[in-house]
Amino acid sequence: MTPWFQVGPLDDIPHLGSRVVRTPRGNIAVFRTDGDEVFALDDRCPHKQGPLSQGIVHGRRVTCPLHNFVIELATGQAVAPDQGCTPSYPAKVEDGVVWLSLQQTAAA
Amino acid sequence: MLDKTIKQKLVVIGNGMAGIRTVEALLERAPDLYDISVFGAEPYGNYNRILLSPVLAGEKTVDDIILNTEQWYADNQITLHQGETVTMIDRRTCEVVTEQGERYPYDRLLIATGSNPIVLPVPGAALPGVIGFRDIKDVEHMVEASTQHRHAVVIGGGLLGLEAANGLMKRGMKVTVVHLLDTLMERQLDPVAGGMLRKSLEERGLEFKMPAQTQTILGETHVSGVRFTDGTEVAADLVVMAVGIRPNIELAKKAGLHCERGIVVSDTMQTYDGRIYAVGECVQHRRQTYGLVAPLFDQAKVCANHLAMKGFATYDGSVVSTKLKVTGIDLFSAGDFAPGPDKEEIVLQDANRGVYKRIILRDKKIVGTVLYGDTIDGPWYFQHMRDGTDVSHMRERLVFGSAHLGDGGHGGQNSIAAMSDDAEICGCNGVCKGAIVQAISEKKLFTLDDVRAHTKASSSCGSCTGLVEQVLAFTLGGDYSAAPKVKPVCACTDHSHDDVRRVIVEQQLKSIPDVMRFMDWKTPNGCHSCRPALNYYLLATWPGEYRDDQQSRFINERVHANIQKDGTYSVVPRMWGGVTTPSELRAIADVADKFNIPTVKVTGGQRIDLLGVKKEDLPAVWADLNEAGMVSGHAYAKGLRTVKTCVGSEWCRFGTQDSTGLGIKIEKFMWGSWTPAKVKLAVSGCPRNCAESTCKDVGVICVDSGYEIHFAGAAGLHIKGTEFLTKTATEDEALEIIVALTQLYREQGWYLERMYKWCDRVGFDNIHKQVVDDVTNRKALFERFAYSQQFSQSDPWAARARRGVDRNEFTPMAELELA
Ligand code: SRM
Ligand SMILES: Cc1cc2nc3c(=O)[nH]c(=O)nc-3n(C[C@H](O)[C@H](O)[C@H](O)COP(=O)(O)OP(=O)(O)OC[C@H]3O[C@@H](n4cnc5c(N)ncnc54)[C@H](O)[C@@H]3O)c2cc1C
Ligand code: SF4
Ligand code: FES
Repeated sequence: MTPWFQVGPLDDIPHLGSRVVRTPRGNIAVFRTDGDEVFALDDRCPHKQGPLSQGIVHGRRVTCPLHNFVIELATGQAVAPDQGCTPSYPAKVEDGVVWLSLQQTAAA
Repeated sequence: MLDKTIKQKLVVIGNGMAGIRTVEALLERAPDLYDISVFGAEPYGNYNRILLSPVLAGEKTVDDIILNTEQWYADNQITLHQGETVTMIDRRTCEVVTEQGERYPYDRLLIATGSNPIVLPVPGAALPGVIGFRDIKDVEHMVEASTQHRHAVVIGGGLLGLEAANGLMKRGMKVTVVHLLDTLMERQLDPVAGGMLRKSLEERGLEFKMPAQTQTILGETHVSGVRFTDGTEVAADLVVMAVGIRPNIELAKKAGLHCERGIVVSDTMQTYDGRIYAVGECVQHRRQTYGLVAPLFDQAKVCANHLAMKGFATYDGSVVSTKLKVTGIDLFSAGDFAPGPDKEEIVLQDANRGVYKRIILRDKKIVGTVLYGDTIDGPWYFQHMRDGTDVSHMRERLVFGSAHLGDGGHGGQNSIAAMSDDAEICGCNGVCKGAIVQAISEKKLFTLDDVRAHTKASSSCGSCTGLVEQVLAFTLGGDYSAAPKVKPVCACTDHSHDDVRRVIVEQQLKSIPDVMRFMDWKTPNGCHSCRPALNYYLLATWPGEYRDDQQSRFINERVHANIQKDGTYSVVPRMWGGVTTPSELRAIADVADKFNIPTVKVTGGQRIDLLGVKKEDLPAVWADLNEAGMVSGHAYAKGLRTVKTCVGSEWCRFGTQDSTGLGIKIEKFMWGSWTPAKVKLAVSGCPRNCAESTCKDVGVICVDSGYEIHFAGAAGLHIKGTEFLTKTATEDEALEIIVALTQLYREQGWYLERMYKWCDRVGFDNIHKQVVDDVTNRKALFERFAYSQQFSQSDPWAARARRGVDRNEFTPMAELELA
């Protein structure tokens, strides 16, 4: 069983925005799309470790603030032709509360 | 399975560059709309015909130039009829009929049959050993001939002929080029450039016979020579006819479609039968036929848009430029360069360096360009030509181009041909010529955007764009960057910046989603390119009314500090006019100590930068700086940055006016304003210009009798001296003009377009008229700026440090203890 952690109300994350969750393993960025989906990625760009939480969110993607890699929120995969992948974590919303698991998503 | 039967059938005749590009664009837009089948007479998948020249020259193989493999067709559920020729279109039953007599029905049909080489109607033209230069089969034939024979004649001294001749020579043949006229490539080159080209090709070993008219091809069972009308003869075992192409319209004509030189199509690429489309070299659009890939790709895009039932794009014709793909020769040509009474020309000839440039102007606009030896500025001229820029104001420096004005980052190199593979082209990302060439060939890239995406070259500061375009042109030939005439904001839309600005006003659109909805954005909520642009346009159009969208701002503007490579931030307090006080300096020192800020640095903009501040410390750092009376320096903003000043008449023995005071006055009036790109000002107290006013967006030079106002300068990616706008007698009048000028720029500039580029685009005269001559207009502009300042002149630091604005931004959402 993956343990789930409660990280706060959904409304603490702006639409098309992100917040950071501190963990002993480093920062995790939690994103919220326009359609209120949430996704969680390591807050490190696969390119040069840029903080993805500081990027512009669009659709189900985020653009890294340092050199504009575009990363898929669902998988952490860089959008072609850029290459690389950031670890992703399961995240969900229940009754307006965001939950996060620290079990890295396998395929990522 | 079921949906397969209800899909409409799209049949494509011609498995070449234009046809398949259309299919690709269609799949992007509407992947499931059609059941697609493609007929191609050649026994290959779609390949890059342009690269036949390097294949012939032995620089590439056939495998290198295949664009779409059989797997690609399979992956996209396209039925490929490879090696099957369509012989008839039955418009009554809506079917195509193949050579084998089989019939295939269509709902929509796309004709992309390209063209055929023209065969001279001379005796002997049908002899074995006489061929054209069009497809893989021709190249194989030539390669084969080069292994067995020695003498080749190429008839035609145009682009194709010279590339064929070069290739055959590289294969070890002795080649004579025969040309009807006395200038090579006369459609692209003037006699001087044509002469230089001939000289360098002769040095490489080609022979020329020109002007000369072919009378007979000699030979019994195989070609043995060529005889000319002047009675002379040349021996030949191989004759390549490269005298031109003729649109391949037989099939369309037989089907009763209206044809002239090509198949006549409308602006949506439809023939007279609305179910039948045509693209490529077989097409005639607004009287024009095309023989280069760039315009065909434009056509393909429009055609795909219509086939996808979107129907808003139209094709308005293309301006083309050309490039000869002979390794080691730099040559660029675009537009109309025939001399004429209404034309002016600017010529630069440097025989020693082997450089020749000719720029032809009409009505203050560039209408043609011929460059030889130094072609780096080709794309720059071409862009101005397509945009119809009024270039009268840069006339004196026009011939030197943009790249020669001090751009850094690529070692000042400007000849692609002369560059070795390991020469660095992009100084930001460390990309060499060889890497770009390799990516273009291996990854089948065609456009500047492709190259940027795949290699990162030219994707950062962009100063090497000209070079990258030249590598692209050099590797592929032709002008592949030929974007549609009006550049869309980004890939999320087909609309241009101007369209967006106009529609926002006309339709009274007041939010980003409204703009996207009204203008049919292709993505649900844009991307990092268009959202910041839209946010700025709305903010500049509806000051006081529009609510700034923080999520559409780049991080620096969202948190009012500059992000650094390690994720920390830098903080630059405003220092009005570059003047500070002991107590401000003390406060800065205290802040640096208190928050362990690792670096304190004097910037190039006359103020102090605190680097390496942790994000969560920002509000506290700002609070302390606020306490000492300092506000944000907006060092991160597409907005007013710095107003540099010199000491002026207060102290300097040469000072004519109080430059420091004027600079502070301007800065206090203009700080906080958002602009399309950053705006930097300077005020110097005399023409010695110690504040470097003449390389700023706006610069003032004080003189004894008043204030000279200069603008449209820059000293970053491009170095550009300012233009002199006007002179005023008083400080107040100077301020009014500077503010009005900035407001006009705010209303017209494209997002990220620096003031000097805006001036290039809309024209100096236009700006002068509105800001200097028309006093009522100037005052109105000034008032609009002043009005919008009401809403923007509040310190964003104070808001965050004291009033808790965006508090969430600076704290983590949660801290998890266990893992
Ligand atoms: C700090 C500073 C360098 C320094 O240590 O002195 C600096 C730092 C940066 N410059 Fe600059 N520029 C600085 C003065 C300049 C100057 C000199 C000047 O202003 O007199 C220039 C050339 C003048 C000009 O702009 O024409 C300059 C031309 C650029 C450019 C090229 C702009 C262009 O249109 O050509 C960029 C890139 C851009 O803006 O896209 C740039 C971008 C940057 C960025 C914002 C890069 C980035 O996106 O992160 C750097 C931010 C670092 C930071 O966190 O502070 N910086 N930059 C200077 C800050 C001045 C200030 O007080 O605000
Ligand atoms: C050697 C060479 C060098 C070139 N260099 C450049 C350059 O540097 N820059 C540039 O911009 N352009 C260049 N071009 C021109 C460029 O290749 C053409 O403009 C482009 O390929 C035309 O595309 P198209 O789709 O209209 O025709 P094509 O690419 O010729 O495709 C048409 C296809 O239709 C097939 N076809 C025709 N009739 C039928 C039928 N009835 N049934 C089935 N199939 C049929 C043909 O076999 C062919 O494969 C060059 C061309 C050549 C030959
Ligand atoms: S401060 Fe300016 S010149 Fe220096 S590295 Fe950064 S962007 Fe380049
Ligand atoms: S660190 Fe993210 S793009 Fe470079």
